[in-house]
Amino acid sequence: MRVRKIRDGTVIDHIPAGRALQVLRILGITGMEGFVVAIVMNVESKKLGRKDIVKIEGRFLDLEEVNKISLIAPTATINIIKGYRVVSKTRVSIPDKIEGILRCMNPNCITNQPREPIKPSFLVVSKSPIKLICEYCNQLMVSEDVVKQLVGEL
Amino acid sequence: MFKGRDVLAITDFKREELEELFRVTDEMLKYAKRGLNLLEGYVMATAFFEPSTRTRLSFQTAILRLGGKYIDLAEVSRSSIAKGENFADTIRMLDSYANIIVVRHRIEGAAKFAAQIAEAPVINAGDGMRHHPTQAMIDLYTIRKFHGRIDGLNIGVLGDLKYGRAATSFIYGVTLFSIRRLYLISPEPLRIRPEVRDYLELKKINSVEESLLEKVLPELDVLYVTRIQKERFPDPTEYEKVKGSYKITKSLLERAKEDLIVLHPLPRVDEISLDVDETAHAKYFDQARYGVPVRMALLKLILLG
Repeated sequence: MRVRKIRDGTVIDHIPAGRALQVLRILGITGMEGFVVAIVMNVESKKLGRKDIVKIEGRFLDLEEVNKISLIAPTATINIIKGYRVVSKTRVSIPDKIEGILRCMNPNCITNQPREPIKPSFLVVSKSPIKLICEYCNQLMVSEDVVKQLVGEL
Repeated sequence: MFKGRDVLAITDFKREELEELFRVTDEMLKYAKRGLNLLEGYVMATAFFEPSTRTRLSFQTAILRLGGKYIDLAEVSRSSIAKGENFADTIRMLDSYANIIVVRHRIEGAAKFAAQIAEAPVINAGDGMRHHPTQAMIDLYTIRKFHGRIDGLNIGVLGDLKYGRAATSFIYGVTLFSIRRLYLISPEPLRIRPEVRDYLELKKINSVEESLLEKVLPELDVLYVTRIQKERFPDPTEYEKVKGSYKITKSLLERAKEDLIVLHPLPRVDEISLDVDETAHAKYFDQARYGVPVRMALLKLILLG
């Protein structure tokens, strides 16, 4: 199977098999935006056994999006394509501290109180499998919780 | 080591720091009833958004004995919070008046948030079911006082290990010492929370979870009993299932080591029967009494170094 090259845009490679749709969900891409999007799922990979790939024409990612992707697809690499050439290739990395992206699951946590000037903040206690702890109330958050919050039920 | 710092969780402290606190507490014992003039001109603010008797009064007594003064945020219904002021603004106001702020809140992480807002040091006097570091300091001091050490002891914690912040902070606190074994005794639904279990694993603490006190009682040097935290159960039927599931009596303690000490952060409901009070095991009233000198030592160290 061949998928044509894109001219300008982003190729997200080495996504754990089966997670490509979740990556698109994180980026808010539904297919109605008009970008050319190619999704390749469950193809063979030397590194991962099987992997997914997503190619998006005319769309680049910001840091928050990259951080979100790192949480559900920690093996992913992000290639920026300009004029059919790869101009940068980076592996996502889970930051040591995650601010603002996720909500604490403890309703009694200070970060869930309305009208308080505070942002949720998590310390990453394990990267594989991912495990986070709320910096304020110490509530644990595991991989399934993170995926559920970022992409909802798929 | 202490000057100007916040006291948010017992795990923020090192063993040597607690030992310094205990040394200063030993000195403060002399002044717990007559006072001394170390903190003249200092003002402590107490902001308790949740009911408290012992903790609030012992902090207030501590600052008065040290020659300082306190201001107290009135009950929520009589203060500006009733008019809709948020927590952050309340803390900013107290910060502008006081040299140190003592906070208790039902919301978890409130003290940490207060510490980020305030320039003055903040002491966490309990946040929801998470932390109560000064209670743990008192508990550890009491053990050291009666056993002369904490290292090498078999320590049992009985009761509500899931919702009880005093029990949780005590468990975290003993990890700073080289205890022999930690017995976590509770009905199944009230076992320690996952993040506490992770922490015990990380610190390689020799611990065991147990349902029956009778089985482990003869091993124990310390038995820390806690109240089942009715007010923190999300589901009242869950509380009905476990209430009254354990009770320490004088006859039960006949099977214990002679020098076993029984502690309780108080208030007790019916988990320790009144006939235990007259035994040599009962040290919970001494423990409560140490609340003032330990907090005097802590206030002195934070404000003066």
